[in-house]
Amino acid sequence: MKRFVGFIKKEFYHIFRDRRSLFILFGMPIAQILLFGFAITNEINNVDIAVLDQAKDATSKEIINKIAASKHFSIIDIIEQESSIEAIFKKGKVKAVLQFDNNFGSNLIKYQQTTVQILIDATDPNMASTINNYITAILKNYQSDINDNVTLNYQIIPKSRMVYNAELKSVYMFVPGVMTVILMLVSAMMTSISITREKEQGTMEILLVSPLKPFQVIIGKVFPYIFLSVINALVIVLLSIFVFNVPVNGSFILLGFESVLFIITSLALGILISTISATQQTAMMISLMGLMLPTILLSGFIFPISSMPLPLQVISNIIPAKWFIIIVKGIMLKGVGIGFILKETLILVVMTMVFIGISVKKYKIRLE
Amino acid sequence: MKTQNVIQVEGLTKMFGDFTAVNAITFEVKKGEIFGFLGANGAGKTTAMKMLIGISSPTSGLAKVAGFDVYKETESIKKNIGYMSQKFALYDDLTVKENITFFGGIYGLSKKQINQKRSELVEELGLVDVTNSLVSSLPLGWKQKLAFSVSLIHNPKIVFLDEPTGGVDPITRRQFWEMIYNAAHKGTTIFVTTHYMDEAEYCDRVSIMVNGKIEALDTPKKLKEQYKTDSMNDVFLKLARG
Repeated sequence: MKRFVGFIKKEFYHIFRDRRSLFILFGMPIAQILLFGFAITNEINNVDIAVLDQAKDATSKEIINKIAASKHFSIIDIIEQESSIEAIFKKGKVKAVLQFDNNFGSNLIKYQQTTVQILIDATDPNMASTINNYITAILKNYQSDINDNVTLNYQIIPKSRMVYNAELKSVYMFVPGVMTVILMLVSAMMTSISITREKEQGTMEILLVSPLKPFQVIIGKVFPYIFLSVINALVIVLLSIFVFNVPVNGSFILLGFESVLFIITSLALGILISTISATQQTAMMISLMGLMLPTILLSGFIFPISSMPLPLQVISNIIPAKWFIIIVKGIMLKGVGIGFILKETLILVVMTMVFIGISVKKYKIRLE
Repeated sequence: MKTQNVIQVEGLTKMFGDFTAVNAITFEVKKGEIFGFLGANGAGKTTAMKMLIGISSPTSGLAKVAGFDVYKETESIKKNIGYMSQKFALYDDLTVKENITFFGGIYGLSKKQINQKRSELVEELGLVDVTNSLVSSLPLGWKQKLAFSVSLIHNPKIVFLDEPTGGVDPITRRQFWEMIYNAAHKGTTIFVTTHYMDEAEYCDRVSIMVNGKIEALDTPKKLKEQYKTDSMNDVFLKLARG
């Protein structure tokens, strides 16, 4: 045990004396979560739009007021003729123009049905469809408001409600994803690099010739990273709560346990990588290309798995991150208990055991 | 008189698939001896050494190191041997003091023993002023001497040196060999592999491995007589060329 403590102390010296690894350990998580939270976002705020109100009746004014009041849009121009629409788009001043016909309000009263023209600059298609959704949502909202006061109502109003992320906040989506990516990166890449460094320096041989047993060496190497990864997970969760107001609806303790499980899965992967790579560079390349890319692309973090082609959907099942993201979303956003994420948890446990099993086998072959 | 032999090897063999890396080698090393283990690259000396230090399991044959069996008692062997590899093997990002403490620690020395060893060691090597400097800041020669001292920190019965003087200047090599003599004088057995034939002359006895077999084993003097030359280099060349 005393030997072990000495070993861990040595590991911490390595980590704290290497500025690069310190930066990866602590700078990166904070930078990533802030980047994903603030800069890379699917929601829209203060989008500039213009209004062409030819009706100038009570209904159109109410709708314009409603849009102006929303924080997603700001009406920066009121135009008078249809001919100026093109000019204002060309100048790039606005992303959308709302056009109310002469008969806008009267049609509504006469036929109980009317139309509003929404023109959207679709040079950025994602943005355009988001704007469309937002404006449509505001209109629907208004429509249901007026229908409350009308006794006769022929319209069918679709009532959709966004669950778990009612405001469609993209940061809700990113937090579980970023947390997964960072834990994977820190645990797998850092451990594989630190183990291969010992091999490269020739110190691994010295350690193997010493009375320390091989598994003690490996546990000694990964232990500090378990500790640091737990701190990282905590930092991410605290940042999400206090900076982005993402709730943790479920149990904190359960989230903690699941995180430790995923950290161990990643560490096992890191050990596995270190057994097949001879140099730090190789370990880093394998971690980045073999782990990070699939983790980001195939885990459902950015691209929904359900819309992938079937072969990729199948492959996504062997990505540990996929299961952890489901777990974190479940606990943080839906507030579910262990019962609902039992399958995912078990899958991670089995994966971890497989990785450890392969590493032990590879390690023994190498010793031979 | 068997107790005098700290390494006893009989027909030790290691196969990798069909390839015989070490082919039934037999030799013994006496206590306090400096035993030179020579051979060209790929002759099998590293493989043979790995079996002796307990990190590779032999295919067949017998071997006892410090009285322990290389099949079943590798843990006891590890406690009784020191090892220094051809790659310099201390931690560059730890200080001299931390390195000594760490290696003392993994060999199970107590704090008191470590402290005592450390002050002896830095005193002997003249490293008192740099105790708290990172090892990376030391010249290669100093590092190598320190690595050798660290491999002796737990007073092992045998120390295995795998090409310990690679890339070191002649003066430092000389000083290094003085340290080896000192250790041998104190009763530590030295098992050393080397490429430098002049270093072979410093050994009490040398073995020369060719293609997995030990082709010659004697004192440098007798080997030179046998092959009728006046340098170990020529002995080596004659053997290696067959």
